[in-house]
Amino acid sequence: MKIEMKNISKAFGANKVLEGVDFAVESGEVHALMGENGAGKSTLMNILTGLYGDDGGEILVDGQPTSYSGPLDAEQHGISFIHQEMNNFLEMSVVDNMFLNKEIKNKFGMINEDKMRKQAREYLSKLGTNIDVDKPIGTLSVGRQQLIEIAKSIMTDAKIIIMDEPTAALTENEIEQLFGVVNELKKQGVGFIYISHRMEEIFKIADKVTVMRDGISVNEYMTKDVDMKQLVRDMVGREIGDFYPDRDPHFGKTILSVKNLTEKGVFEDVSFDVHEGEILAFSGLMGAGRTEIMRAIFGIDHYNSGEIYLDGKKVKIKDPESAIKHRIGFLTENRKDEGLILADSLRDNIALPSINGFVKHGLIDDKSVDDFANLLMKRLTVKAMNEQVTAGSLSGGNQQKVVLAKWVGSGSRILILDEPTRGVDVGAKREIYDLMNELTDRNVAIIMISSDLPEVLGMSDKIAVVYEGKISGIVDTKGATQESVMTLATGGADNARAN
Amino acid sequence: MQEQTKSVEAEKAKGFDFKKFVGKMGPLLALIVLVILVTVLSPGFIQPNNLLNLLRQVSINAVIAFGMTFVILTGGIDLSVGSILALTGAVTATLLSAGISPVIALLAGIALGSLLGFVNGLLIAYGKAAPFIATLATMTIFRGATYVFTNGNPITGAKMNDSFLFQFMGRGYLLGIPFPIFIMAIVYLVLYLLLHKTTFGRKTYALGGNENAAFIAGVKTKMVTIWIYTISGLMAAIAGIILTSRLSSAQPDAGTSYEMDAIAAVVLGGTSLAGGKGRIFGTLIGALIIGTLNNGMNLLGISSFYQQIVKGIVIIIAVLLDRKSNDK
Repeated sequence: MKIEMKNISKAFGANKVLEGVDFAVESGEVHALMGENGAGKSTLMNILTGLYGDDGGEILVDGQPTSYSGPLDAEQHGISFIHQEMNNFLEMSVVDNMFLNKEIKNKFGMINEDKMRKQAREYLSKLGTNIDVDKPIGTLSVGRQQLIEIAKSIMTDAKIIIMDEPTAALTENEIEQLFGVVNELKKQGVGFIYISHRMEEIFKIADKVTVMRDGISVNEYMTKDVDMKQLVRDMVGREIGDFYPDRDPHFGKTILSVKNLTEKGVFEDVSFDVHEGEILAFSGLMGAGRTEIMRAIFGIDHYNSGEIYLDGKKVKIKDPESAIKHRIGFLTENRKDEGLILADSLRDNIALPSINGFVKHGLIDDKSVDDFANLLMKRLTVKAMNEQVTAGSLSGGNQQKVVLAKWVGSGSRILILDEPTRGVDVGAKREIYDLMNELTDRNVAIIMISSDLPEVLGMSDKIAVVYEGKISGIVDTKGATQESVMTLATGGADNARAN
Repeated sequence: MQEQTKSVEAEKAKGFDFKKFVGKMGPLLALIVLVILVTVLSPGFIQPNNLLNLLRQVSINAVIAFGMTFVILTGGIDLSVGSILALTGAVTATLLSAGISPVIALLAGIALGSLLGFVNGLLIAYGKAAPFIATLATMTIFRGATYVFTNGNPITGAKMNDSFLFQFMGRGYLLGIPFPIFIMAIVYLVLYLLLHKTTFGRKTYALGGNENAAFIAGVKTKMVTIWIYTISGLMAAIAGIILTSRLSSAQPDAGTSYEMDAIAAVVLGGTSLAGGKGRIFGTLIGALIIGTLNNGMNLLGISSFYQQIVKGIVIIIAVLLDRKSNDK
């Protein structure tokens, strides 16, 4: 199967989203689609699968002009779209989810569960996994759910599978497994359109890559003929220089000292120091306990024993309110669930942790809050019409800046950033890095949890590596390599010693 | 290119404002249309005396609904308000009949209502009970307690009517305007300031919009929840005092299904049952819409059986319109 999209245009009202985009994919290849948020990738895919009509251009399938009436029609013709947010019914079993709306019935019109189970197992084993099909799908990891989505696609006999940011929430192991499956299906003649922000992955998995920017397709390359710098240049339309800004750290005194922090079964004997002006990265595999340690320090979760010292004084942080009083800020890994109130305005989101400081005679001084929010939005280059629009209306990168604005505004001296650039486009990423440098220049201490190794190496001064709830090593970033960090993160150092 | 983006943004801005306008003013427009309609059908409606009468009728529901607005903004619900109204009314009436000073009797009623609301709050914040279930349970408990306390009989008494202060609450006039309307206005003003101009109000919206994010941003979510149910109980007690004074007696079945009218007023006013979105001004309009419907249909001689059906239909229409304006 060969799909060619030629000169596709689309406008929503006066807003031109696509202006003459070319894109082609065929069976047996992985074609990556890159671009910043808002570049038009999703719109292009939604036009392909018939969710939107186009305003110009044509779609050829195997040379024939084609248009699908909607995602279901596209799926029946062999094009399957796996969305980033999978629409699973978490309480329902794997098999019921897989056969939703496609239930196999016996001659009395009753559902034939045995047959469905058998088929579900068959498709999953084709992908090299033996997931228990009777388990509620919500009990499985996102990685496993992703595999189930792919199984669903091949169940409908998909020739082309579109994957939108499939690895956003996967662990390293799960990503490896996913890539194995993609390569296997590729050999069997399935084509993939692979949408991703992650450079490393593109080079690992894609045969071709097309870069989009502002509604046009900038360039198409064979992956082997292009480098990361060129792709970044195409995506942002300008040279970003080095991807990570230079750091010129000046450490002050120790600001936070954590000693022997332990929560049974979650993390154990965690000790580390952070200095003013320092970026301490927390690296490790997902589920190693990094986030849990920070949640305990910030007073969200409980810990059994251990001590926390601020400026040398022992403190007891019993809830986030007291953490904020101690001038700690926490950008959580999931901004939609924990970082933002999407229905509220940017102003109210930004001012929330500091709101008690805006009271005059018992009432909130609205004018000061407006100025406060505006100032922070300018400083963090939040792109929005004004401070009154809802947080939910912004792109991922801008939302992340709003969360940062909130913690910068609350006067944080210690800023915990949990995956600060996840789901953020390249341009905004760089702006967040620059801001981190600006903050550490002003003596703020930053603890950055990141699963992105190049980011850890590019943006930190020291790296604490967590393995199974324990710190397996704290190393200077200078002299550390992806391999040395990964060795600590996988317990390799322990094993080496044991041998 | 720059120009183009600007004009697109300008257009967006216009569209946004229009949507906001309809979203904010929709209930008010509906009320105006309704008032015109009723006036055309029954010109007596617009007479000052009838309007004052209408506002007095509305005051009890409005006061409860103002408290309910806070509850619903957090994504909760308080079904126990009708029962709290009955129990606090009965206790206040009993104290008055026993010759206790009216100031103390009124304060005792208000304190009891707050306490009952506080219990709701505790169950929900610390017992982690779903608000619907928790207040469904306390609704029947408080109602049962009222029957036990009154033995199922209305409380009346000569001494109750001796107190000018108590009489004044429900039946008094100030500058020719029924006093319950003043109570409604004062409660509205206080709660309006609380919701829109204090940190407590901001925290209420934050809690309703996203409890996790609010907690991490330093909001003491449990405390806010408890306070909100306490306010709801307090409002029910105030409504109970107005009603008891108006009737010169406390009925053990007073306030039955008042929670429904209060919830209807909040929803008609555009507050989202999912929490996080809504305004107390809308609730005032919602209560006035319900009051106008009741009053207008009475004037037109429509049977109370049909009135219930009409009220239900109006709520459905309001919700459908709200959905539509939210979707687009």
